[in-house]
Amino acid sequence: MSIAVELADVTFGYRPGQRVLEHVTLRIAEGEFVALAGPNGGGKTTLVRVVLGLERPSEGHALLFGEPAHRFSRRRVLGYLAQRSELGGDAPATVREVVSAGRLAAGGLIGPMRRRDRAIASDAIERVGLGASADAQMRTLSGGMQQRAFIAKALAGQPALLVLDEPTTGVDAESQESLAGLLDRLHSELGVTILYVSHEFGAVERFVQRLVLVRRTIVFDGAPDELPGVWHDPSHSHA
Amino acid sequence: MLDHEFMQLALAAGAVVGVLAPAVGFFLVQRGQSLIGDGIGHVAFAGVAAGILLDVAPVLTALAAAVIGAILVELLQAYGGTAGDQALALVFYTGIALGVVLVSTAGAMNANLFQYLFGSILTVTRHDLVLIAALGAVGLATVGVLYRPFAGVVIDEEGARVAGVPIGVLNVVLGGLVAVTVALSMRVVGILLVAALMVLPVSAAGKIAWSMRSALVLSTGIGLASALAGLTISYYADLPPGGTIVLVAAGVYLTCLIASAVRGT
Repeated sequence: MSIAVELADVTFGYRPGQRVLEHVTLRIAEGEFVALAGPNGGGKTTLVRVVLGLERPSEGHALLFGEPAHRFSRRRVLGYLAQRSELGGDAPATVREVVSAGRLAAGGLIGPMRRRDRAIASDAIERVGLGASADAQMRTLSGGMQQRAFIAKALAGQPALLVLDEPTTGVDAESQESLAGLLDRLHSELGVTILYVSHEFGAVERFVQRLVLVRRTIVFDGAPDELPGVWHDPSHSHA
Repeated sequence: MLDHEFMQLALAAGAVVGVLAPAVGFFLVQRGQSLIGDGIGHVAFAGVAAGILLDVAPVLTALAAAVIGAILVELLQAYGGTAGDQALALVFYTGIALGVVLVSTAGAMNANLFQYLFGSILTVTRHDLVLIAALGAVGLATVGVLYRPFAGVVIDEEGARVAGVPIGVLNVVLGGLVAVTVALSMRVVGILLVAALMVLPVSAAGKIAWSMRSALVLSTGIGLASALAGLTISYYADLPPGGTIVLVAAGVYLTCLIASAVRGT
Protein backbone atom coordinates (compact mmCIF):
# COMPACT_ATOMS: atom_id res chain seq x y z
CA MET A 1 0.00 0.00 0.00
CA SER A 2 1.28 3.51 -0.87
CA ILE A 3 2.31 5.87 1.87
CA ALA A 4 0.36 9.14 2.17
CA VAL A 5 2.35 10.70 5.02
CA GLU A 6 5.89 9.93 6.08
CA LEU A 7 7.80 11.74 8.80
CA ALA A 8 11.30 10.38 9.32
CA ASP A 9 13.09 11.39 12.53
CA VAL A 10 11.59 14.88 12.36
CA THR A 11 12.72 17.53 14.83
CA PHE A 12 11.23 21.02 14.66
CA GLY A 13 11.29 24.32 16.56
CA TYR A 14 10.00 27.77 15.68
CA ARG A 15 13.23 29.33 17.06
CA PRO A 16 16.84 28.08 17.06
CA GLY A 17 17.33 25.71 19.99
CA GLN A 18 13.60 25.24 20.56
CA ARG A 19 12.21 21.71 20.09
CA VAL A 20 8.45 21.54 19.70
CA LEU A 21 8.82 18.16 17.99
CA GLU A 22 11.69 15.76 18.64
CA HIS A 23 12.63 12.67 16.60
CA VAL A 24 9.10 12.06 15.33
CA THR A 25 8.72 9.12 12.99
CA LEU A 26 5.27 8.44 11.57
CA ARG A 27 3.96 6.67 8.48
CA ILE A 28 0.32 6.79 7.40
CA ALA A 29 -0.70 4.53 4.53
CA GLU A 30 -3.25 5.65 1.93
CA GLY A 31 -6.77 4.83 3.09
CA GLU A 32 -5.94 4.74 6.81
CA PHE A 33 -8.07 6.53 9.43
CA VAL A 34 -5.67 7.72 12.14
CA ALA A 35 -6.37 9.72 15.28
CA LEU A 36 -3.53 11.83 16.65
CA ALA A 37 -3.93 13.03 20.20
CA GLY A 38 -1.94 14.62 22.97
CA PRO A 39 -2.15 17.41 25.53
CA ASN A 40 -2.45 21.04 24.55
CA GLY A 41 1.05 22.31 23.81
CA GLY A 42 2.24 18.78 23.02
CA GLY A 43 3.02 19.63 19.40
CA LYS A 44 -0.06 18.29 17.59
CA THR A 45 -0.81 21.37 15.51
CA THR A 46 2.89 21.84 14.75
CA LEU A 47 3.06 18.22 13.61
CA VAL A 48 0.07 18.85 11.33
CA ARG A 49 1.77 21.94 9.88
CA VAL A 50 4.90 19.88 9.16
CA VAL A 51 2.79 17.12 7.59
CA LEU A 52 1.07 19.66 5.34
CA GLY A 53 4.35 21.31 4.35
CA LEU A 54 3.52 24.63 6.02
CA GLU A 55 6.66 24.23 8.18
CA ARG A 56 9.97 22.56 7.22
CA PRO A 57 11.60 20.20 9.71
CA SER A 58 14.80 21.41 11.36
CA GLU A 59 16.04 17.83 11.14
CA GLY A 60 14.71 14.74 9.38
CA HIS A 61 12.29 14.86 6.48
CA ALA A 62 8.56 15.03 5.80
CA LEU A 63 7.03 13.46 2.69
CA LEU A 64 3.51 13.71 1.25
CA PHE A 65 2.67 10.97 -1.23
CA GLY A 66 6.41 10.48 -1.75
CA GLU A 67 7.26 14.16 -2.38
CA PRO A 68 8.90 16.61 0.08
CA ALA A 69 5.90 18.10 1.90
CA HIS A 70 7.07 21.75 1.68
CA ARG A 71 7.15 21.62 -2.13
CA PHE A 72 4.37 19.11 -2.69
CA SER A 73 3.14 19.63 -6.26
CA ARG A 74 -0.43 18.27 -5.95
CA ARG A 75 -1.75 20.42 -3.11
CA ARG A 76 -5.30 20.25 -4.45
CA VAL A 77 -5.53 16.66 -3.10
CA LEU A 78 -5.17 18.01 0.46
CA GLY A 79 -8.30 18.76 2.45
CA TYR A 80 -7.72 20.69 5.68
CA LEU A 81 -10.05 21.73 8.44
CA ALA A 82 -8.05 24.19 10.55
CA GLN A 83 -8.42 24.46 14.31
CA ARG A 84 -11.44 26.63 15.19
CA SER A 85 -12.50 27.04 11.57
CA GLU A 86 -15.01 29.83 11.51
CA LEU A 87 -15.91 32.56 9.13
CA GLY A 88 -14.01 35.80 9.56
CA GLY A 89 -15.96 38.76 10.91
CA ASP A 90 -19.66 38.79 10.25
CA ALA A 91 -19.59 37.15 6.82
CA PRO A 92 -23.12 36.23 5.68
CA ALA A 93 -21.97 33.19 3.65
CA THR A 94 -24.33 30.28 3.10
CA VAL A 95 -23.41 26.62 3.48
CA ARG A 96 -23.33 26.30 -0.33
CA GLU A 97 -20.95 29.27 -0.66
CA VAL A 98 -18.62 27.84 1.99
CA VAL A 99 -18.58 24.37 0.43
CA SER A 100 -18.13 25.81 -3.09
CA ALA A 101 -14.95 27.51 -1.87
CA GLY A 102 -13.55 23.98 -1.51
CA ARG A 103 -13.57 23.65 -5.32
CA LEU A 104 -11.24 26.62 -5.83
CA ALA A 105 -7.96 24.72 -6.14
CA ALA A 106 -9.39 21.86 -8.18
CA GLY A 107 -11.87 23.80 -10.32
CA GLY A 108 -9.81 26.89 -11.19
CA LEU A 109 -9.71 30.41 -9.80
CA ILE A 110 -10.92 32.57 -12.65
CA GLY A 111 -14.52 33.32 -13.58
CA PRO A 112 -17.78 31.67 -12.57
CA MET A 113 -18.03 28.16 -11.18
CA ARG A 114 -18.56 25.38 -13.74
CA ARG A 115 -21.59 23.07 -13.64
CA ARG A 116 -19.43 20.05 -12.74
CA ASP A 117 -17.89 21.87 -9.79
CA ARG A 118 -21.34 22.95 -8.58
CA ALA A 119 -22.48 19.32 -8.74
CA ILE A 120 -19.46 18.14 -6.74
CA ALA A 121 -20.11 20.83 -4.09
CA SER A 122 -23.79 19.80 -3.88
CA ASP A 123 -22.78 16.16 -3.49
CA ALA A 124 -20.43 17.08 -0.62
CA ILE A 125 -23.25 18.99 1.10
CA GLU A 126 -25.53 15.95 0.82
CA ARG A 127 -22.82 13.61 2.14
CA VAL A 128 -22.51 15.54 5.39
CA GLY A 129 -26.29 15.68 5.80
CA LEU A 130 -26.75 19.40 5.22
CA GLY A 131 -28.86 19.16 2.06
CA ALA A 132 -31.84 20.83 3.74
CA SER A 133 -29.64 23.69 5.01
CA ALA A 134 -27.63 24.28 1.83
CA ASP A 135 -28.89 27.84 1.40
CA ALA A 136 -28.93 28.71 5.11
CA GLN A 137 -26.41 31.24 6.37
CA MET A 138 -23.59 29.71 8.39
CA ARG A 139 -24.11 32.17 11.23
CA THR A 140 -27.59 30.74 11.81
CA LEU A 141 -26.28 27.16 12.28
CA SER A 142 -25.04 25.36 15.40
CA GLY A 143 -21.30 24.75 15.94
CA GLY A 144 -21.71 21.10 14.95
CA MET A 145 -23.49 21.98 11.69
CA GLN A 146 -20.85 24.59 10.88
CA GLN A 147 -18.13 21.97 11.32
CA ARG A 148 -20.04 19.64 9.00
CA ALA A 149 -20.13 22.42 6.42
CA PHE A 150 -16.36 22.88 6.69
CA ILE A 151 -15.87 19.12 6.36
CA ALA A 152 -18.03 19.27 3.23
CA LYS A 153 -15.84 22.13 1.99
CA ALA A 154 -12.76 19.95 2.46
CA LEU A 155 -14.53 17.03 0.73
CA ALA A 156 -15.52 19.23 -2.21
CA GLY A 157 -11.85 19.32 -3.21
CA GLN A 158 -12.05 15.50 -3.56
CA PRO A 159 -9.03 15.10 -1.28
CA ALA A 160 -6.77 12.07 -1.05
CA LEU A 161 -5.78 13.20 2.47
CA LEU A 162 -8.20 14.87 4.86
CA VAL A 163 -6.65 16.51 7.93
CA LEU A 164 -8.95 17.74 10.70
CA ASP A 165 -7.35 19.76 13.48
CA GLU A 166 -9.48 19.78 16.66
CA PRO A 167 -12.76 19.52 14.72
CA THR A 168 -14.85 19.13 17.87
CA THR A 169 -13.75 22.31 19.63
CA GLY A 170 -16.86 24.13 20.83
CA VAL A 171 -19.13 21.29 19.69
CA ASP A 172 -21.51 19.56 22.14
CA ALA A 173 -21.15 15.86 23.03
CA GLU A 174 -24.06 14.75 20.85
CA SER A 175 -22.62 16.56 17.81
CA GLN A 176 -19.17 15.07 18.52
CA GLU A 177 -20.70 11.59 18.41
CA SER A 178 -22.50 12.41 15.18
CA LEU A 179 -19.33 13.93 13.66
CA ALA A 180 -17.31 10.80 14.49
CA GLY A 181 -19.97 8.62 12.84
CA LEU A 182 -19.95 10.89 9.78
CA LEU A 183 -16.17 10.59 9.43
CA ASP A 184 -16.37 6.81 9.75
CA ARG A 185 -18.98 6.70 6.98
CA LEU A 186 -16.99 9.04 4.72
CA HIS A 187 -13.89 6.93 5.28
CA SER A 188 -15.77 3.76 4.30
CA GLU A 189 -17.53 5.30 1.30
CA LEU A 190 -14.71 7.38 -0.16
CA GLY A 191 -11.60 5.52 1.00
CA VAL A 192 -10.00 8.87 1.83
CA THR A 193 -7.01 8.93 4.20
CA ILE A 194 -8.03 10.76 7.37
CA LEU A 195 -5.77 12.27 10.02
CA TYR A 196 -7.95 13.33 12.94
CA VAL A 197 -6.20 15.54 15.48
CA SER A 198 -7.62 16.21 18.92
CA HIS A 199 -6.55 16.73 22.52
CA GLU A 200 -8.67 13.67 23.36
CA PHE A 201 -9.78 10.66 21.37
CA GLY A 202 -13.39 11.06 22.42
CA ALA A 203 -16.05 9.55 20.21
CA VAL A 204 -13.69 8.88 17.31
CA GLU A 205 -11.65 6.28 19.25
CA ARG A 206 -13.86 3.36 18.28
CA PHE A 207 -13.82 4.18 14.56
CA VAL A 208 -10.12 4.65 13.85
CA GLN A 209 -7.61 1.99 12.86
CA ARG A 210 -4.69 3.60 14.67
CA LEU A 211 -4.17 5.90 17.60
CA VAL A 212 -1.05 8.05 17.82
CA LEU A 213 -0.13 9.94 20.99
CA VAL A 214 2.25 12.86 20.65
CA ARG A 215 4.03 14.65 23.48
CA ARG A 216 6.83 16.37 21.62
CA THR A 217 7.68 12.88 20.42
CA ILE A 218 5.44 9.92 19.70
CA VAL A 219 4.74 7.97 22.91
CA PHE A 220 2.17 5.52 21.55
CA ASP A 221 1.33 4.33 18.04
CA GLY A 222 -0.96 1.34 17.68
CA ALA A 223 -4.45 -0.11 17.42
CA PRO A 224 -7.09 1.27 19.78
CA ASP A 225 -7.38 -2.01 21.69
CA GLU A 226 -3.63 -1.94 22.41
CA LEU A 227 -3.84 1.44 24.14
CA PRO A 228 -2.82 1.12 27.82
CA GLY A 229 -5.65 2.18 30.11
CA VAL A 230 -3.54 4.94 31.60
CA TRP A 231 -3.45 6.72 28.18
CA HIS A 232 -7.19 6.83 27.63
CA ASP A 233 -7.31 10.50 28.43
CA PRO A 234 -4.23 11.76 26.59
CA SER A 235 -4.78 15.33 27.72
CA HIS A 236 -3.65 14.35 31.21
CA SER A 237 -0.04 13.97 32.32
CA HIS A 238 1.30 10.42 32.62
CA ALA A 239 4.96 11.29 32.87
CA MET B 1 -29.20 70.46 -10.75
CA LEU B 2 -28.49 68.35 -13.83
CA ASP B 3 -28.28 71.45 -15.99
CA HIS B 4 -24.88 72.18 -14.49
CA GLU B 5 -21.98 70.32 -16.09
CA PHE B 6 -20.05 70.23 -12.81
CA MET B 7 -22.93 68.33 -11.21
CA GLN B 8 -23.16 65.89 -14.13
CA LEU B 9 -19.45 65.16 -13.78
CA ALA B 10 -19.72 64.94 -9.99
CA LEU B 11 -22.63 62.49 -10.14
CA ALA B 12 -20.82 60.32 -12.69
CA ALA B 13 -17.61 60.27 -10.63
CA GLY B 14 -19.62 59.64 -7.47
CA ALA B 15 -21.44 56.76 -9.12
CA VAL B 16 -18.18 55.04 -10.13
CA VAL B 17 -16.61 55.45 -6.69
CA GLY B 18 -19.91 54.62 -4.96
CA VAL B 19 -19.88 51.20 -6.63
CA LEU B 20 -16.12 50.51 -6.61
CA ALA B 21 -15.33 51.42 -2.99
CA PRO B 22 -17.75 48.93 -1.36
CA ALA B 23 -17.00 46.27 -3.99
CA VAL B 24 -13.34 46.32 -2.94
CA GLY B 25 -14.01 47.09 0.72
CA PHE B 26 -16.33 44.07 0.89
CA PHE B 27 -13.43 41.61 1.08
CA LEU B 28 -11.57 43.72 3.66
CA VAL B 29 -14.59 43.98 5.96
CA GLN B 30 -15.33 40.25 5.77
CA ARG B 31 -11.70 39.53 6.74
CA GLY B 32 -11.85 41.92 9.70
CA GLN B 33 -9.50 44.39 7.95
CA SER B 34 -11.88 47.34 7.73
CA LEU B 35 -9.19 49.87 8.62
CA ILE B 36 -6.83 48.99 5.78
CA GLY B 37 -8.57 51.53 3.53
CA ASP B 38 -7.95 54.18 6.17
CA GLY B 39 -4.28 53.18 6.51
CA ILE B 40 -3.69 53.19 2.76
CA GLY B 41 -5.48 56.56 2.62
CA HIS B 42 -2.91 58.02 4.98
CA VAL B 43 -0.10 56.64 2.79
CA ALA B 44 -1.83 58.26 -0.19
CA PHE B 45 -1.58 61.54 1.74
CA ALA B 46 2.23 61.22 1.53
CA GLY B 47 1.82 60.67 -2.22
CA VAL B 48 -0.32 63.81 -2.56
CA ALA B 49 2.30 65.78 -0.66
CA ALA B 50 5.06 64.38 -2.90
CA GLY B 51 3.03 65.36 -5.98
CA ILE B 52 2.62 68.92 -4.72
CA LEU B 53 6.33 69.12 -3.86
CA LEU B 54 7.47 67.70 -7.22
CA ASP B 55 4.77 69.48 -9.25
CA VAL B 56 3.38 66.17 -10.56
CA ALA B 57 -0.36 65.34 -10.67
CA PRO B 58 -1.09 64.42 -7.00
CA VAL B 59 -3.60 61.72 -8.00
CA LEU B 60 -0.82 59.82 -9.78
CA THR B 61 1.70 60.17 -6.95
CA ALA B 62 -1.04 59.22 -4.46
CA LEU B 63 -1.83 56.12 -6.51
CA ALA B 64 1.86 55.16 -6.60
CA ALA B 65 2.24 55.72 -2.84
CA ALA B 66 -0.96 53.77 -2.10
CA VAL B 67 0.19 50.79 -4.21
CA ILE B 68 3.58 50.79 -2.44
CA GLY B 69 1.85 51.07 0.95
CA ALA B 70 -0.55 48.20 0.18
CA ILE B 71 2.29 45.94 -0.94
CA LEU B 72 4.38 46.91 2.11
CA VAL B 73 1.55 45.95 4.48
CA GLU B 74 1.28 42.58 2.74
CA LEU B 75 5.03 41.94 2.76
CA LEU B 76 5.38 42.92 6.43
CA GLN B 77 2.65 40.45 7.34
CA ALA B 78 3.79 37.62 5.07
CA TYR B 79 7.56 37.79 5.48
CA GLY B 80 8.32 40.22 8.31
CA GLY B 81 6.54 38.20 11.00
CA THR B 82 4.54 41.33 11.85
CA ALA B 83 0.96 41.00 13.09
CA GLY B 84 -1.69 42.47 10.79
CA ASP B 85 -2.61 45.49 12.93
CA GLN B 86 1.06 46.31 13.64
CA ALA B 87 1.98 46.11 9.95
CA LEU B 88 -0.90 48.47 9.20
CA ALA B 89 0.08 50.85 11.99
CA LEU B 90 3.72 50.94 10.81
CA VAL B 91 2.78 51.86 7.26
CA PHE B 92 -0.08 54.11 8.40
CA TYR B 93 2.01 56.30 10.72
CA THR B 94 5.08 56.36 8.48
CA GLY B 95 2.86 57.50 5.61
CA ILE B 96 1.21 60.32 7.49
CA ALA B 97 4.50 61.46 9.04
CA LEU B 98 6.13 61.52 5.62
CA GLY B 99 3.13 63.43 4.28
CA VAL B 100 3.38 66.07 7.00
CA VAL B 101 7.13 66.53 6.40
CA LEU B 102 6.69 66.76 2.60
CA VAL B 103 3.74 69.17 2.83
CA SER B 104 5.68 71.39 5.19
CA THR B 105 8.72 71.28 2.90
CA ALA B 106 6.53 72.25 -0.07
CA GLY B 107 4.88 75.02 1.96
CA ALA B 108 1.53 73.61 0.84
CA MET B 109 -0.55 73.56 4.01
CA ASN B 110 -3.36 75.34 2.16
CA ALA B 111 -6.64 74.91 0.28
CA ASN B 112 -4.92 72.90 -2.44
CA LEU B 113 -4.09 70.24 0.14
CA PHE B 114 -7.52 70.35 1.78
CA GLN B 115 -9.26 69.32 -1.45
CA TYR B 116 -7.46 65.96 -1.17
CA LEU B 117 -8.08 65.62 2.54
CA PHE B 118 -11.80 66.40 2.36
CA GLY B 119 -12.62 65.76 -1.31
CA SER B 120 -13.46 68.15 -4.12
CA ILE B 121 -15.91 66.29 -6.30
CA LEU B 122 -17.45 69.50 -7.67
CA THR B 123 -14.13 70.33 -9.35
CA VAL B 124 -13.90 67.02 -11.25
CA THR B 125 -13.07 67.69 -14.91
CA ARG B 126 -13.94 65.60 -17.99
CA HIS B 127 -10.33 64.42 -18.04
CA ASP B 128 -10.58 63.38 -14.36
CA LEU B 129 -13.82 61.52 -15.09
CA VAL B 130 -12.25 59.54 -17.93
CA LEU B 131 -9.44 58.44 -15.57
CA ILE B 132 -11.89 57.60 -12.76
CA ALA B 133 -14.18 55.65 -15.13
CA ALA B 134 -11.31 53.74 -16.76
CA LEU B 135 -9.61 52.74 -13.51
CA GLY B 136 -13.01 52.06 -11.92
CA ALA B 137 -13.94 49.71 -14.77
CA VAL B 138 -10.63 47.85 -14.42
CA GLY B 139 -11.17 47.57 -10.66
CA LEU B 140 -14.73 46.27 -10.97
CA ALA B 141 -13.75 43.82 -13.72
CA THR B 142 -10.96 42.48 -11.48
CA VAL B 143 -13.41 42.01 -8.60
CA GLY B 144 -15.82 40.22 -10.97
CA VAL B 145 -13.20 37.88 -12.39
CA LEU B 146 -11.55 37.11 -9.04
CA TYR B 147 -14.71 37.07 -6.90
CA ARG B 148 -14.50 33.33 -6.12
CA PRO B 149 -10.87 33.26 -4.92
CA PHE B 150 -11.31 36.49 -2.94
CA ALA B 151 -14.43 35.01 -1.31
CA GLY B 152 -12.62 31.70 -0.77
CA VAL B 153 -9.89 33.46 1.20
CA VAL B 154 -12.54 35.21 3.32
CA ILE B 155 -14.20 31.87 4.04
CA ASP B 156 -11.11 29.82 4.93
CA GLU B 157 -7.69 31.32 4.25
CA GLU B 158 -5.70 28.48 5.86
CA GLY B 159 -7.66 25.76 4.03
CA ALA B 160 -7.14 27.58 0.72
CA ARG B 161 -3.40 27.97 1.43
CA VAL B 162 -3.02 24.25 2.16
CA ALA B 163 -4.88 23.37 -1.07
CA GLY B 164 -2.40 25.47 -3.06
CA VAL B 165 -4.47 28.61 -3.74
CA PRO B 166 -1.93 31.44 -4.29
CA ILE B 167 -2.93 33.50 -1.25
CA GLY B 168 0.06 35.87 -1.47
CA VAL B 169 -0.72 36.83 -5.08
CA LEU B 170 -4.41 37.33 -4.28
CA ASN B 171 -3.56 39.52 -1.29
CA VAL B 172 -1.24 41.70 -3.39
CA VAL B 173 -3.94 42.06 -6.09
CA LEU B 174 -6.50 43.01 -3.43
CA GLY B 175 -4.00 45.50 -1.99
CA GLY B 176 -3.57 47.01 -5.46
CA LEU B 177 -7.35 47.32 -5.78
CA VAL B 178 -7.51 49.09 -2.42
CA ALA B 179 -4.80 51.49 -3.59
CA VAL B 180 -6.65 52.29 -6.83
CA THR B 181 -9.91 52.76 -4.94
CA VAL B 182 -8.28 55.11 -2.42
CA ALA B 183 -6.64 57.18 -5.17
CA LEU B 184 -9.93 57.50 -7.10
CA SER B 185 -12.08 58.15 -4.02
CA MET B 186 -9.81 60.99 -2.87
CA ARG B 187 -11.54 63.44 -5.21
CA VAL B 188 -15.00 62.29 -4.11
CA VAL B 189 -14.93 62.00 -0.32
CA GLY B 190 -11.32 62.90 0.54
CA ILE B 191 -8.52 60.89 2.14
CA LEU B 192 -9.96 61.26 5.63
CA LEU B 193 -13.30 59.68 4.69
CA VAL B 194 -12.29 57.25 1.98
CA ALA B 195 -12.43 54.19 4.23
CA ALA B 196 -16.00 55.07 5.24
CA LEU B 197 -17.24 54.44 1.71
CA MET B 198 -15.39 51.10 1.69
CA VAL B 199 -16.84 49.99 5.01
CA LEU B 200 -20.25 51.53 5.81
CA PRO B 201 -22.18 50.20 2.76
CA VAL B 202 -20.70 46.73 3.36
CA SER B 203 -21.60 46.75 7.05
CA ALA B 204 -25.12 47.92 6.18
CA ALA B 205 -25.55 45.20 3.56
CA GLY B 206 -24.26 42.56 5.97
CA LYS B 207 -27.23 43.27 8.25
CA ILE B 208 -29.85 42.46 5.61
CA ALA B 209 -28.07 40.11 3.18
CA TRP B 210 -29.05 36.45 2.79
CA SER B 211 -25.74 35.27 1.28
CA MET B 212 -22.24 36.50 0.56
CA ARG B 213 -23.00 37.23 -3.07
CA SER B 214 -26.16 39.15 -2.16
CA ALA B 215 -24.14 41.12 0.41
CA LEU B 216 -21.68 42.20 -2.28
CA VAL B 217 -24.46 43.29 -4.66
CA LEU B 218 -26.34 45.11 -1.87
CA SER B 219 -23.10 46.83 -0.77
CA THR B 220 -22.52 48.29 -4.21
CA GLY B 221 -26.18 49.33 -4.45
CA ILE B 222 -26.00 51.09 -1.08
CA GLY B 223 -22.68 52.73 -2.04
CA LEU B 224 -24.15 53.99 -5.31
CA ALA B 225 -27.34 55.26 -3.67
CA SER B 226 -25.34 56.96 -0.88
CA ALA B 227 -23.09 58.74 -3.38
CA LEU B 228 -25.97 59.97 -5.56
CA ALA B 229 -28.25 60.89 -2.65
CA GLY B 230 -25.38 62.54 -0.75
CA LEU B 231 -24.44 64.68 -3.75
CA THR B 232 -28.05 65.68 -4.35
CA ILE B 233 -28.58 66.65 -0.71
CA SER B 234 -25.30 68.55 -0.63
CA TYR B 235 -26.33 70.49 -3.76
CA TYR B 236 -29.69 71.61 -2.41
CA ALA B 237 -28.64 72.06 1.23
CA ASP B 238 -25.26 73.62 0.38
CA LEU B 239 -23.33 71.07 2.41
CA PRO B 240 -19.86 69.59 1.79
CA PRO B 241 -20.39 66.66 -0.64
CA GLY B 242 -17.85 64.20 0.84
CA GLY B 243 -19.15 64.44 4.37
CA THR B 244 -22.78 64.34 3.21
CA ILE B 245 -22.20 61.14 1.19
CA VAL B 246 -20.65 59.43 4.20
CA LEU B 247 -23.44 60.64 6.52
CA VAL B 248 -26.04 59.20 4.12
CA ALA B 249 -24.14 55.88 4.14
CA ALA B 250 -24.09 55.98 7.96
CA GLY B 251 -27.84 56.63 7.93
CA VAL B 252 -28.38 53.62 5.66
CA TYR B 253 -26.29 51.51 8.05
CA LEU B 254 -28.44 52.60 10.97
CA THR B 255 -31.61 51.80 9.03
CA CYS B 256 -30.33 48.32 8.10
CA LEU B 257 -29.28 47.73 11.72
CA ILE B 258 -32.80 48.56 12.92
CA ALA B 259 -34.37 46.45 10.15
CA SER B 260 -32.16 43.53 11.16
CA ALA B 261 -33.06 43.94 14.85
CA VAL B 262 -36.78 44.13 14.04
CA ARG B 263 -36.47 40.99 11.90
CA GLY B 264 -34.65 39.30 14.79
CA THR B 265 -31.51 38.31 12.85
